[in-house]
Amino acid sequence: MSLGLEHYLILSAILFSIGLYGALAKRNAIIILMSIELMLNAVNIAMVAFSRYIVPLLLTGQVFAIFIIVVAAAEAAVGLAIILAIYRSRETIDATKIDLMKW
Amino acid sequence: MGLEIAFWLLAVVGILAALGVVLLRNVFRAALSLVLCFLTVAGIYVTLSADFLAAVQVLIYVGAISVLIILAIMLTRDVQWGSPSNKLRIPALFVAILFLGVVGFATTNTLWQISGVSPVMPTTEALALKLFGEGGFILAVEIAAVLLLAAILGAIVLVREK
Repeated sequence: MSLGLEHYLILSAILFSIGLYGALAKRNAIIILMSIELMLNAVNIAMVAFSRYIVPLLLTGQVFAIFIIVVAAAEAAVGLAIILAIYRSRETIDATKIDLMKW
Repeated sequence: MGLEIAFWLLAVVGILAALGVVLLRNVFRAALSLVLCFLTVAGIYVTLSADFLAAVQVLIYVGAISVLIILAIMLTRDVQWGSPSNKLRIPALFVAILFLGVVGFATTNTLWQISGVSPVMPTTEALALKLFGEGGFILAVEIAAVLLLAAILGAIVLVREK
């Protein structure tokens, strides 16, 4: 069976589900951020696969993937800075204990 | 044939590394597992003939973001040992499996309009024309520059000692 679009989409869905589980179920804020990076990577695989198999000459999916990488880099920098700031003021990075704004 | 072998190898290693990110007890080992997953994603880009994106993936994710994550782990290491789950573990597992099932069902039951054209091979020139050329994404590129500047300034302000 030759390689098709479905293989890449299923791989992307599996990686996204693993990231989704990690983002929902973990208490360490850094692990949650890592899971979000995993989900963004999974989306990138889907984008590039669509670009390769459906519009191979336009490369629109690869352009979208580049913008996703830019946003992911910005998100990682700001997210880790926020985690460090919380660590400094509250001495914890446990996401269940950072509940000052919870009702 | 070589492409199939490469894909299956990269897919299996990538999924195992991603499982390692959420299942490993040691946070630092989870970060290393994430780096391995980023590398296999770069390999997946190569099998999709996206050479420029593979290089960008290695430079930004493997080079920069992983260093950021590992530095953050080193700075916050003493507060929490391991990576415990919260009380939403079973519902989260259920949601993730449900999502996988729905997406898998939708993917296998859609009739994709596969184009038989072979892709442009050095993608760098075509991507540059797309990004900076006439009728391209130049406005989005400039907005991305502003976003990166704002993110860097925000990160500096957030972690600076008062």
